[in-house]
Amino acid sequence: MTSSIVVRIKKKRIVELLASGKRSDGRGLNEYRNIQIDSGIIERAEGSARVRLGKTEVVVGVKISTGAPFSDVPDKGVLTVNAELVPLASPDFEPGPPGEEAVELARVVDRGIRESKAIDLETLCVESGKLVFVVFIDVYVLNHDGNLIDASAIAALAALMNTKMFKYEVEDGQIVKKPGYTPLPMVNYPIAVTFAKIGNKLILDTGIDEEQVMDARLTMTMDQNGNICAIQKGGGSGYFTKKEILEATKIAQKKTEELRKIVVKS
Amino acid sequence: MKANKKKTKKETESLSNKKPETLIDKKGIRLDGRKLDELRPVKMEVGVLPNADGSAYLEQGKNKILVGVYGPKEAHPRHIAQQDRAVIQCRYHMAPFSVDERKSPAPSRRDVELSKVIREALEPAVFLEYYPKTSIQVYIEILQADGGTRCAGITTAALALADAGIPMRDLVVACAAGKADGKIIVDLMDTEDKVGDADVPVAYMPNLDAVTLLQMDGNLTVDEFETALNMAIEGSKQLYAKQKEALKLKYVAVEEVEEE
Repeated sequence: MTSSIVVRIKKKRIVELLASGKRSDGRGLNEYRNIQIDSGIIERAEGSARVRLGKTEVVVGVKISTGAPFSDVPDKGVLTVNAELVPLASPDFEPGPPGEEAVELARVVDRGIRESKAIDLETLCVESGKLVFVVFIDVYVLNHDGNLIDASAIAALAALMNTKMFKYEVEDGQIVKKPGYTPLPMVNYPIAVTFAKIGNKLILDTGIDEEQVMDARLTMTMDQNGNICAIQKGGGSGYFTKKEILEATKIAQKKTEELRKIVVKS
Repeated sequence: MKANKKKTKKETESLSNKKPETLIDKKGIRLDGRKLDELRPVKMEVGVLPNADGSAYLEQGKNKILVGVYGPKEAHPRHIAQQDRAVIQCRYHMAPFSVDERKSPAPSRRDVELSKVIREALEPAVFLEYYPKTSIQVYIEILQADGGTRCAGITTAALALADAGIPMRDLVVACAAGKADGKIIVDLMDTEDKVGDADVPVAYMPNLDAVTLLQMDGNLTVDEFETALNMAIEGSKQLYAKQKEALKLKYVAVEEVEEE
């Protein structure tokens, strides 16, 4: 962790800049860094994508296997999201089981996909109550330069859109693979945008310097109809006023639509 | 522990978890007889744990929640200490018997996330800069869960922090709103949370108009979300009055105990 004195000095500078509507790298308050999406980069995975958001880099791999459904939803496939803050990605990451930051990241990405019903999980049921497909989404952070949530959510969506399911037939309750593939049935395209509050300003797509000094952050995930499907406030010991939250929903509606075009086009 | 004494008739009512067809009837009355904007009955009490520096107990619907606060004390392990402020260590934990199907006492990913967001909901309230290099430990135990436990846990934890005499900008109070059967409702109970369409937990400091926790899952239009946020804040304000009452009551009650 950067020492608190350095953070205070940085914060002073960043707040001063923001007061005149500027950011340290010259971007506008709601402007994202360059987004680069490369799909299908891991051949062994059923789906994959690498997202570069400025210098932040995240790879998501999708693996598909079979398993038993949850007893309360016997005719739906299972979705699980896991996130690893790989130690090579930042001096602040350490090896070991996922810490609270990684768990939160995974759960926020999970909620966006789940609550927007992005995947048609009903088509992933092989035999009700017995056998369904399980979609594992593994988020792998390779370089941390801020805004991991948005980068991971975009990478997860791009990887799912890239996912191929093998064709199969059921014989005696067993799955028999057939030649050929079908795409994973995607029916919605959730996009997350994360605001940081620094001083009295809300900014989007924080770099690592901004993240270290932010008072609080707020992630809004919206589906393709412009409805909100997940929200998460976190990061730091600050708060949002009601006015700021409502302002954020308006910005998020525009921004998620803009980003969705980039992801869906890729 | 006073929590044991409080297991009264509510406990013996059936806790069955049948999925109902409708959550709200034609007259706008919910399964437990509440109106759309009506909170569940709530009881709060502070100073319930003799060993803790501060403590509180809360019942809200069938939720039963106990919070103990220790500190500020020297931070352990040392590397978590901050040179210019105290850190809050928060654990949200559900008792294995708090839900229908036994929950493993090991922390789930949900517990890890909730511990984090609850800590971040409390931090803005506490004057952490008064106690550098120390740790304030907040232990939240869900003895029985009935929906909205993260909110009830925050409301209780703020009381326990105040009971510990830790200086705060305001009490934090939390309440959820959500959507069920197409209607926006406040203070969701277990079934409404599970079967309903959306859940928006909110923590709030009324004196500062500060939202310190905000989450959502489900599906809401932007307008519905605004209504839900307003409703959750209104609910929080009602609970805030009860929090203050509970804190005052402690000092009234102390005299009575001494006379016995």
